[in-house]
Amino acid sequence: MRTATTSRSKAAVMRYLLLLTLLLPSLVSAAAQGMDDARHLLGRAGLGASPRQIIEFSGLSRVQAVDRLLATTHHAALTPPPEWVSEAITPRHVLRDMSPDERKDFEHRERQRGLQLRGWWLQEMLGTPSPLTERMTLFWHNHFVSGQHKVRQPQLLYQQNALLRRHATGNFAELLHAVAKDPAMLIYLDSASNRKDQPNENFAREVMELFTLGEGHYGEQDIRDAARAFTGWSVDPDNGEFRWRPAQHDMGEKTVLGHSGNLTGDEVLDLLLAQPATADFIVAKLWREFVSPGPANPQERRERAQVAARFRASAYDLETALRALFLTRSFWAASNRGTLLKSPVDLVVGTIRQFEIPVSNPLPLVTVTTQLGQNLFAPPNVKGWPGGTAWINSQTLLGRKQFAERVFRADGMPRLEHPAQGDRPTATAMATSPGDQRGMPRTPYEIVVDADGWLASLPGSASPSEIERFVLARPPAGTLPVDARGRELLRLLALDPAYQLR
Amino acid sequence: MRRRDFLRHCSDAGLALLAPSPARARPAARYDQLLILVELKGGNDGLNTLVPFADPTYYRLRPRIGLKRETVLQLDERCALHPALEPLLALWQARELAIVQGVGYPKPNLSHFRSIEIWDTAARSDQYLDNGWLARAFAVAPVPSSFAADGVAVGSNDFGPLAGGNARSIVLADPAQFARQARLAQSAQSARAPANAALAHIRKVEADVLHAANGIASRVELRTAFPPGPFGNATRAAAQIAAAPAGVAALRLTLGSFDTHQNQPGTHAALFKQLAEGLVALRAALHEHGRWESTLILTYSEFGRRAQENASGGTDHGTAGVHFVLGGRVAGGLYGATPSLDHLDNGNLVHSVDFRSVYASVLEHWWGIPAAGILAGRFAPLELLRS
Repeated sequence: MRTATTSRSKAAVMRYLLLLTLLLPSLVSAAAQGMDDARHLLGRAGLGASPRQIIEFSGLSRVQAVDRLLATTHHAALTPPPEWVSEAITPRHVLRDMSPDERKDFEHRERQRGLQLRGWWLQEMLGTPSPLTERMTLFWHNHFVSGQHKVRQPQLLYQQNALLRRHATGNFAELLHAVAKDPAMLIYLDSASNRKDQPNENFAREVMELFTLGEGHYGEQDIRDAARAFTGWSVDPDNGEFRWRPAQHDMGEKTVLGHSGNLTGDEVLDLLLAQPATADFIVAKLWREFVSPGPANPQERRERAQVAARFRASAYDLETALRALFLTRSFWAASNRGTLLKSPVDLVVGTIRQFEIPVSNPLPLVTVTTQLGQNLFAPPNVKGWPGGTAWINSQTLLGRKQFAERVFRADGMPRLEHPAQGDRPTATAMATSPGDQRGMPRTPYEIVVDADGWLASLPGSASPSEIERFVLARPPAGTLPVDARGRELLRLLALDPAYQLR
Repeated sequence: MRRRDFLRHCSDAGLALLAPSPARARPAARYDQLLILVELKGGNDGLNTLVPFADPTYYRLRPRIGLKRETVLQLDERCALHPALEPLLALWQARELAIVQGVGYPKPNLSHFRSIEIWDTAARSDQYLDNGWLARAFAVAPVPSSFAADGVAVGSNDFGPLAGGNARSIVLADPAQFARQARLAQSAQSARAPANAALAHIRKVEADVLHAANGIASRVELRTAFPPGPFGNATRAAAQIAAAPAGVAALRLTLGSFDTHQNQPGTHAALFKQLAEGLVALRAALHEHGRWESTLILTYSEFGRRAQENASGGTDHGTAGVHFVLGGRVAGGLYGATPSLDHLDNGNLVHSVDFRSVYASVLEHWWGIPAAGILAGRFAPLELLRS
């Protein structure tokens, strides 16, 4: 009895010590975090923060701020989706029997709908009170990739997007099981045609390489047998819903990662989730999204391993992982600020949210993000957008600067490049930039910042260097003219290389 | 992961030792001879590119998607081209088209990403290198600074073999538009903040833009008509850059996706039509500007595809592939051994030509750079050029 009590109290002390260690970063900063920290947190976990939001968060401690972000996440979009998302899909036999003209009309309609879907998502990102939800939904879109060119019917892409948002900060194991049976995924990675006797390995390979373990933690034989385990998972071609076809399931013995038996697809997913490599792989990706381009030092490696251990111990609870991640020392380290490159969505949505620019029509922004290399619902391949420095090359950097010039232009009128030369710059830009932009709007957009109004929302009479700290995640890389003020100052800051960082 | 890091460091260090030190005389590379790479993204099916129509096993393995003998473009008594490649026949007959078959590497990797990384970095299957093989070539034998850029990736957003190192690489879709927008780049001389890696990257891109802008700005008129579509546009841009006075050493174009897991025949034919029409237009434009003799065009892809068709009317990831080499100085004909369909390795073709031998031909015969220090090993070049 006595020994039991002692060991219980010992355990209690240990728990207390453990708790203390975990809370340490927060204990050292229980005071209000201030403007710079608030800007950092909102820039990293959100999608660009307005001065009002920064000021609001600056009064909270780091722990309070992180907890508030996590307590206010959403599980569904607020923006009403286009009406057609609830329409039944066009059944396969109807598609098959279309005349060439009917098919052309059908494909045109699907392209238009794809565009509306992109506009709907951007509108949600622009207006959401929980940008963390949208950042995580986009994170999963870039993890469990599906693209319109293969999935085709945009209703299915909408359903997948809703699924990713529902689980965005929920449980990764549940998300993995759900997305593996999601119709868009089944089509995108050919599970729909993975049949007994002639398995299609596409999903089996990518679920190991890209969704859970990462390369180097499985062999070709594991892929072949896992593909057999996934046989029978299919899509009903008439209604686009998941369909289990037992007659197509391979009932034979399979061996995956050393486990043998008549494995089912769900059992294979559980085997993947049982591997420690899965938590490491997901947390490493979250780290690159939120903390730094890669562990730069032993402390970062240690902290990243701790986050992965807690993620695994929580049975893949994403809120646990994110909270742990946001409370690492590495997340707040000065040396890590302004080290992540903004994605095109970060840049475009972030600029509009940061400068509180009203947007009535999001469709032109679909074209802009596509030109900058990020066409939503159409990642380049199953690995998604590579991100990081790959976002920036000669073409996309110049495109980013042109976007900034338009937003901060002085005359408030849409301006084409060199219209006097008589060529068709906008049309040329649309037609020859990467990504499939067929049917995208070709009109110049009218998105202009209200510079005076925005500057007036800053506390007191902000000096140029204080304005800098609201606009940029790190000091400007170039030298700004000392007399730059107002809109011109904002324009120069947005053209500075540091504006591309978060 | 750790083992991989170790290999990465080891192998890069090894390469550095092999490379001649900067103090010694650098080889004078003939970069006035242009290289144009065309990446067939997604893994092009070699067996339906160069069709072994006389082999009954081919039709046994591919009852649905095997190309019928009466439709293919016969090259000899055993091999034929996919019918959609018809525009290339003129080059074949002019003996300006070399077709290299059985191209691959030992211990093939069947992941798109890893395998294209192996091709882009000219690595062994178990070797992880950071820099593209062209970026390494430009480090060993620098491109003259008078050139507008080392390399230009046309119409896609990644650099492939041009990635990494200090290569001055540019991405653009349209040379005229690039020249107009370049005014937005800032000169790095005004730098004041210490650079982190992301910032340093942006600064380098700005410097490369400023350097390239003048050279690429000159408008080149082309009489040649190009086919519509993104690949046609890319071949037009390539021709404009090739014809501009300030040179570049290499251009990279892409076409895809060749990842034909299902319903392969229609997709494959449409892609080959774009490829063949684009290449023929490119050749005409290079002729027009007197550059066909000084240009070498090379296709590549991460892998070929499984010999046997799958149940979806497509093919899964495979190994050895077939590649095209075109140019005014190319010695046309078939190269490499035809992979045997009766001796497959796990259902996959066994390669007969290492892809690095093709790269060695480019480095040694086209540019006159010793290949061994760049390719991490010795690979006998193929005799792809007329002497």
